[in-house]
Amino acid sequence: MISILNNVEEACAIVLFGIGFTMLLLNRNLFKKVVGLNIMDTGIYLFLAAMGYIDGHIAPIIVDGRTNPHFYINPIPSGLVLTGIVVSVSVTAMMLALTIRLYKKYRTLDLDKIYAMARESE
Amino acid sequence: MMNKSSNSPFEKWRAGELDMLSGFCETPKKTERPEAGIHYPQRVKDRIAHEAEEREEHLFKTVYKVMSVVFAVVLIAVLLFTITDLPRFGGEHNPTINEVSERYLEKGMEETGAVNIVTGMILDYRAFDTLGESFVLFTATCAVLILMREDKSERTLRKDERSDRLCRLFDDPIVRVSCKTVIPIIMMLGVYILLNGHISPGGGFAGGAIIGAGLILYAQVMGFERATVVFSEKRIKGITVGALVFYCLIKSYSFFTGANHMESIISPGVPGRIFSAGIILPLNLAVGMVVACTMYSFYTIFRRGHLD
Amino acid sequence: MEFFWNFPFISIILSLLCAVITFLLKGGTAKRLTLGLNLSCIIMSLLTVIRNLTLGEFTYTMGHYTAPWGNEIRAGLIEPLFAMIFSVILMLSIMAIREEKYIEDSKLNLFFVMSDLIQAAILALAYTNDIFTAYVFIEICTIASCGLLMIRDTGKTIIAATRYMIFSLLGSGFFLIGVILLYDITGHLLMPNIKDAVTVLWETGNYRLPLYITVGLMVTGLGIKSGMFPFFFWMPDTYGYASPDASSILSGVVSKIYILLLIKVIYSVIGAEVFFAMGIQYLLLVFGICGMMTGSILAIREKQLDRMIAYSSAAQIGYIYMGIGMGELGIAPAMLHITAHAVAKPLLFVSASRLSAVSGESKRFADLAGSGYRCPVSGACFTIGALSMVGIPGLVGFSSKLYFAEAALEAPMSILAPVLLALAVSTLLNAAYYLRAVICLYSKGSRKIHPDETDKERPMFLISIIAFSAVIFILGIFPGYLMDIIGSGLEIL
Repeated sequence: MISILNNVEEACAIVLFGIGFTMLLLNRNLFKKVVGLNIMDTGIYLFLAAMGYIDGHIAPIIVDGRTNPHFYINPIPSGLVLTGIVVSVSVTAMMLALTIRLYKKYRTLDLDKIYAMARESE
Repeated sequence: MMNKSSNSPFEKWRAGELDMLSGFCETPKKTERPEAGIHYPQRVKDRIAHEAEEREEHLFKTVYKVMSVVFAVVLIAVLLFTITDLPRFGGEHNPTINEVSERYLEKGMEETGAVNIVTGMILDYRAFDTLGESFVLFTATCAVLILMREDKSERTLRKDERSDRLCRLFDDPIVRVSCKTVIPIIMMLGVYILLNGHISPGGGFAGGAIIGAGLILYAQVMGFERATVVFSEKRIKGITVGALVFYCLIKSYSFFTGANHMESIISPGVPGRIFSAGIILPLNLAVGMVVACTMYSFYTIFRRGHLD
Repeated sequence: MEFFWNFPFISIILSLLCAVITFLLKGGTAKRLTLGLNLSCIIMSLLTVIRNLTLGEFTYTMGHYTAPWGNEIRAGLIEPLFAMIFSVILMLSIMAIREEKYIEDSKLNLFFVMSDLIQAAILALAYTNDIFTAYVFIEICTIASCGLLMIRDTGKTIIAATRYMIFSLLGSGFFLIGVILLYDITGHLLMPNIKDAVTVLWETGNYRLPLYITVGLMVTGLGIKSGMFPFFFWMPDTYGYASPDASSILSGVVSKIYILLLIKVIYSVIGAEVFFAMGIQYLLLVFGICGMMTGSILAIREKQLDRMIAYSSAAQIGYIYMGIGMGELGIAPAMLHITAHAVAKPLLFVSASRLSAVSGESKRFADLAGSGYRCPVSGACFTIGALSMVGIPGLVGFSSKLYFAEAALEAPMSILAPVLLALAVSTLLNAAYYLRAVICLYSKGSRKIHPDETDKERPMFLISIIAFSAVIFILGIFPGYLMDIIGSGLEIL
């Protein structure tokens, strides 16, 4: 239990991931599913960003020509987070477009109702 | 075997009328109830079938919910347990602090010419990832266009006008005046961040997103008639395609020369200047254009179903 | 021949460029460009295979920085071989599409943009030597395949696409967390470096738990996306409600490329020794066998042809996971089965769509009776595909099952017994539902159907399904060549 305190940031990220994951899996409202998806992604990126931090070091933008690596944090996770955010923006746009289409067609956001209506029209 | 008039169970199953497994394994019966003597009216039969279907569905839903909760709880518990075993947060001797990150920090400025090491990394060392990333945006634009596009016959001018009137805030003097001051500043900030991506925090993605936000605000406040004068469908498509093709070609030149050990004509220049860092500045511009156009076209497609 | 080593890189960039250019084109031109692209990718992959058979494998740095610093792609034998196989299947599936039926004219070019991007993702996922690049292209593949699904504009298709998207996103979320954990304990993103670091970690016993969780998450993520046993419930809706063009591409190419990536992860990222020492393969074995049984039983219950084919996909993917679960012996047969299934499933989907088109657009077995006479070529090709899935000697489905059995005979008793039993039972179940379908096609129907006389088969369509059948025959009669290349490819993977 003590060791989890060493990694509080990661633990927070995991809890956020879990909240988003549960929302994505359980919530029947499509829009809330999209929100859950975003929380899940944010949790993952927080987790990733936490990997790069080093106590007392600064952001990896070279100051005064000092190129000593013991001065800056690890730049790799920052770059990966950037990629991840772009992916999550695209995916969110996709999901929102799907949501709008389903709403236009069935006039509800509740997935169960949508399934029921789709079955009835069979 | 091909006895046409036969009513054997095999024949029925082959013709898709009978569920072979019903009665043998735990499957809900789709066939009618076995009370042969009583003739229910069609309505009652329908209701019985409907109720059975609902019961099955209800069971499935309950099982799904319980399974999901168990799955989620177990997953979170396992992951929380795992991170107690991970390297300490912020530690100086973590496995991630190795020759890779050290080389990026030590030689990154010299080799790529970018003062901002993250920009140098994503646009030079790990450029293939970033190329893929821009294509994720492009893919999403096309996918959203597939979903939301309305044909010319479907769009009516009146519908567009109504949506414009609903969203148009031009008649509100407070919004109009404040936006007239704010939009140029937003655009300037975007361009600044775009151009300084290699010497300060920022870069193509951040700058592009800011410019995209400015464009959306403009379209929102001024209405689409004015916005489409500058940003017609043709122009958005042209800019996106042009920027992506440019990005692809420039990067493949650098990949090709790098892999075949050829001398590249690109030099990192003097770090810290605007016109330095070789191809990073044009690449940032290209990425910024792609991102800005993508953001703006998401907005347009969502609101109007087409780009122009 | 020295120049050939540029071909993997050129084919990836060419696919991306074609995708962008197709965005501006009209439908017909877009189709021609896409087919040309597929053809050139096939040729380039073939030349890479030929080069590597003589000169050996190579890594290709994407940029001016070598191994642990820059991105890389790598081509041994498995990578270009499967890039070629998947490109062939993609090309044949695109040749078979009947765009006038399911796709609006204004969206036709977007369909081909998506298929170009899937082509790029196939190549990039096959060749990449960097685990994060793999993640980025997985996302491209996910969004593009969802785009293909949505091109048919009905409510059910969009529901199916939503479900597919949600499951895919869960899968890529898992995969990404796996990548991050792996990066945290090894400090690398390039596959060979990770493999070295993991080997050291496994020997010293450090970070044992995170390593297990990482592998578990990656396997689960890719399993969800490819339709492994407990996660295949998105499949019937997705394949059943999508247009047959999309389902053939999705089932033939997209779900298989994730399995190929999983095999790459096992061999090049974790290392086969470490992976098989972990014991996760027994779980895969169990899931695979469960998938074979459940998929087949659900397929027997199904009353619609295309949903039956979709459930059978779940069963066939069960075979592949069973092969991976058998340990190193089973990987090569699993890869042959990937090929067998990837060839047969698109053939079944497209010929089934044609058969239902001559039966008044109905997919119920009752209405399909006699459609084999109304449309002889499609009927014959469907029969070939179905028999190959059942495992009739002379067709590729039989050879892969034979290799599975051979591999099982060399394995210990605890694997031998369940695998042989599962093979026997599932072959019987497969025979039950596929033969029913075939008999149904060639029996006299009770209903009178007036087929639409204007709806003729196009030459492209006929070439495509005949080529699919020919591939099934050729691979069925000479599976040895393919197995030799796969075997020597696995040694250098």
